Amino acid sequence: MPHRPEHRPRRAARAIAATAALIVTAGAAAACGARAGEETDAFEPCLDTSGDTVKVGALNSQSGTMAISETTVLDAILLAADQINAAGGVLGKQIEVIDEDGASEPVVFAEKAEKLIREDCVAAVFGGWTSASRKAMLPVFEDYDSLLYYPVQYEGLEASENIFYTGATTNQQIIPALDYLAETGVESLYLVGSDYVFPRTANAIINAYAEAHGIEILGEDYVPLGSTEFSTIVNQVSAAGADAVFNTLNGDSNVAFFREYANVGLTAEQMPVMSVSIAEEEVGGIGVENIVGQLAAWNYYQTVESEANAAFVEAFKAEYGADRVTSDPMEAAYNAVHLWAATVEKAASFAVDDVQEAAGGVSFEGPEGTVVIDGENNHVSKTARIGEIRSDGLLYTVWESEGPIEPDPFLDGYEWAADLAVAE
Amino acid sequence: MDILVGQLFTGLSTGSILLLAALGLSLTFGQMGVVNMAHGEFIMAGCYTAYVTQQVVGGAGVSLLIALPIGFAVGGAMGLILEVLLIRRLYHRPLDTLLVTFGVGLILQQVARDVFGAPAVNVTVPQFLRGGVEILGTTVPKTRLFIMALAVVAVAALALVLRFTPAGRRIRAVVGNRDLAETAGISSRAVDAGTFFIGSGLAGVAGVALTLIGSTSPTTGQSYLVDAFLVVVAGGLGRIKGAVVAAVALGALQSVFETYSTASLAKVGVFVVIVVFLQLRPQGLFTLRTRSLA
Amino acid sequence: MSKFWESRLGVWSGFAAAAAVLFGLAPLLLSGFRLGLFAQFICYAIVAVGIGLAWGRGGMLTLGQGVFFGMGAYLMAMHLKMADAEFRGGPGAVPDFMELAGVRELPAYWVPFASPVFTIAAIVLLPTGLAVLLGLAVFKRRVKGAYFAILSQALAGAFAIFLIGQQSLGGFNGLSYFRYFFGFTLNDPVNQRMLYFITAAALLVVVAASLQLRRSRYGELLVAVRDAEERVRFLGYDAAGVKVVAYAVAALFASIAGALFVPVVGIISPASIGIVPSIMFLLGVAIGGRGTLIGPVVGALAVAFAQTALSEQFPSAWTYAQGLLFVCVIALLPGGIASIPAVAGRIRVKHRPEAVEATT
Repeated sequence: MPHRPEHRPRRAARAIAATAALIVTAGAAAACGARAGEETDAFEPCLDTSGDTVKVGALNSQSGTMAISETTVLDAILLAADQINAAGGVLGKQIEVIDEDGASEPVVFAEKAEKLIREDCVAAVFGGWTSASRKAMLPVFEDYDSLLYYPVQYEGLEASENIFYTGATTNQQIIPALDYLAETGVESLYLVGSDYVFPRTANAIINAYAEAHGIEILGEDYVPLGSTEFSTIVNQVSAAGADAVFNTLNGDSNVAFFREYANVGLTAEQMPVMSVSIAEEEVGGIGVENIVGQLAAWNYYQTVESEANAAFVEAFKAEYGADRVTSDPMEAAYNAVHLWAATVEKAASFAVDDVQEAAGGVSFEGPEGTVVIDGENNHVSKTARIGEIRSDGLLYTVWESEGPIEPDPFLDGYEWAADLAVAE
Repeated sequence: MDILVGQLFTGLSTGSILLLAALGLSLTFGQMGVVNMAHGEFIMAGCYTAYVTQQVVGGAGVSLLIALPIGFAVGGAMGLILEVLLIRRLYHRPLDTLLVTFGVGLILQQVARDVFGAPAVNVTVPQFLRGGVEILGTTVPKTRLFIMALAVVAVAALALVLRFTPAGRRIRAVVGNRDLAETAGISSRAVDAGTFFIGSGLAGVAGVALTLIGSTSPTTGQSYLVDAFLVVVAGGLGRIKGAVVAAVALGALQSVFETYSTASLAKVGVFVVIVVFLQLRPQGLFTLRTRSLA
Repeated sequence: MSKFWESRLGVWSGFAAAAAVLFGLAPLLLSGFRLGLFAQFICYAIVAVGIGLAWGRGGMLTLGQGVFFGMGAYLMAMHLKMADAEFRGGPGAVPDFMELAGVRELPAYWVPFASPVFTIAAIVLLPTGLAVLLGLAVFKRRVKGAYFAILSQALAGAFAIFLIGQQSLGGFNGLSYFRYFFGFTLNDPVNQRMLYFITAAALLVVVAASLQLRRSRYGELLVAVRDAEERVRFLGYDAAGVKVVAYAVAALFASIAGALFVPVVGIISPASIGIVPSIMFLLGVAIGGRGTLIGPVVGALAVAFAQTALSEQFPSAWTYAQGLLFVCVIALLPGGIASIPAVAGRIRVKHRPEAVEATT
């Protein structure tokens, strides 16, 4: 566009003044709402249960960096919904799943959660993966008094009335892993993690545990998420000569870490690596030959021997293909849908208040074993399992807890964890 | 002490990885002034070339050696197509090229996601590159030695091509003074296309080599791109020598910072050093004297 | 037609129309949820106005606006967390996320953010100051063009990594869970609407300020620097200074947008401010027309709207659409949507299409 020289600063200044005036008028025109401390009008849920169906939301990243993991969770949610529908639905109503894409961005998770609650009027939402996405959604679910079922192991230290946590909290994954290592005679550890909240919290717990149990921590290193440069860290790990490595790396970083680890000649016999973010899905990308013999801590593996699991794996493969594998977060998401359905049946109502009230003690015979909702903190009891990665790329249980472990997200039951400090 | 010796090699090896990723850029950005944000995706294409080759050929060792030239061809062909279809029309608008190639990169990433799936795929490391070699008391992985050697070969080959072949002479002529070269009967269009082919091909080679140490996933290229650009900026325009020195220096810097603080802070530290360095030498380490005001 | 919009009457009627849409039509037609979304889009549009100035008028391709956006957002978020903590536990209380992480003592740099005045001053001054410093460092040394773009991009990357490492700023999770905004409850629909009005008004102010700058002598100088920096310098002007001002104003706008984004969206994390989000800010500007006043606003709103609408239907298609938009708009229509009438006009009078480049 041709630009004509025009010098009219005063006119524009007036335009600014006018707009400023507009703000003031707008402020005066719109009555101010509740101030801090005052009661606000509660949000009226718009859930409609008059028809033959009931809507629920599935909110997982279908694009972006987390899509790699989260799409598998969506598959499990849909499978569970189909099974429940085939068996007659919930309170006689068929479940209609509305899936939304979280796009791997916390902001989008918050936005879509609000859409599912306020526009689609769903009875509950299943999904979320990263803690950032859960933290972003939490105020939305509390403000609009709705329910989120979060299916991934996480760092604990949270208990919202509006969230049901069907993945492991720290005392169902990290602590059993440490117990196992201590049992096998490990006296020193090296900690390697991605630089975000879960590894930082996990390592704080590990440090406190180590101090109380006489384990020496020889080093603690963090790399930026997605980092693939591990030579410095592996050199340091190798030089430190710990009995084992505790690995809280996430995603692609694991690939580079284990390749470097294997290439400098470190093996599972010399210095085993205990990982908490590597499941069946990830082993393929790392390459079985680089990771065979290493350990992982979860609550579920595809190889768990139980009738419920055999049925789950069979149904999953029938639906999505024989080459697919099932993993812990998928199983937790599958349980989540069944737990929600069972709670609704028990409450004989879809209303959030009724479901919250009925939730305590609701159980489901899941692939990992019986899971029971804890009415106090909305987590579930889970069986802890240590798995070993074998040459077929699957994980096999080498140790499991005696029955399900009660959830303790704030580690109140552990004396050594009384004064836990995460920040440096 | 052991750690320090180890760090020396780490610096060199990190540097050689940076160099492999940046060498093609130093050609296309340094010599042609084109900011190719899709360069990272060409690296990714190289990674997937190695993967596909291994699936087809089978043996990890043979397939790696076959994949190197194929990777060069794949990267080069993609670069050539990009140059002919888009970049050629935008030579007088370098900043627009940056955004257009960013868009191309987005598309290529999504294509990779749709074709190969979002999860990382595994490229098996050949038997002869497994394990490490004991050097001065520390274990240096053979894969890293291989990458160092490859970086040296790539630099040498590029230098030889530029210096001693007719095509190289033409490239240098166009870089030195485009108008004068045209007057002398050199088709600058053909030279540009050729330069872009070589630069993108080098990205493909880098991709094949990087499968030995990193993951192969749709976002692989992104993780190398910004560092590679910093190498070229710090190294100076139009000089391969600059890219070599800058890559090794940045690699060493990164690994030293990492030893004494965390990897996250090391990244921030490297950036600060580069900004300060550009204060002292805005033209980079080495610069080619031309009449243009870049 | 374009003459009309440059006239006094045109400017006023333009503002009146925009105000009517923003303050009348939108709140009337949109549900509470969609209005909140619209407020979020407006925040992006405010960033876009700044980019339009720095890039469209000044020729500086800032690939790092996420840094300034993030600074404004984090500064505001810190205040909101402090206010929450004070409301729950009295003065000097530790924000909830720190308490959970086992921090008993408030880090010293958090303390002043209990004051709203200090926070607002920081939101205005800190990003602007950083932009001036960076601008002086970079432009005085005549680092420009692609070099500046790459440096600003690396800055965004480094800033995001730095934030992820700061546990006292929420690390990777960022800061979220805000209950009150300067004493008002955030989850009250009336207050949410109020917040929308503030955001919309901020957009109008930012556009008016941008118009003011464009029409001043300074605006002429900025365009002159963009088109022929050497000549401006030879005429005795301080070209670097001219660029620094535009860069700083763009930073200020981004910071304001970030500060509003936090109460509107309820979360800020490093994921919203790194390299890719920073480039995404440019997409709307390029589509709308980087050199025009309104183009960036319209473009940013359109892109945000398209993203929400498309991603609800086809998640992976949106990535393709984004890529294609970058390629097609910038390669084929560098003036953006705003240049369509001009392009059509030129084609009609059989001019060469290349003449459109006047706006780049």
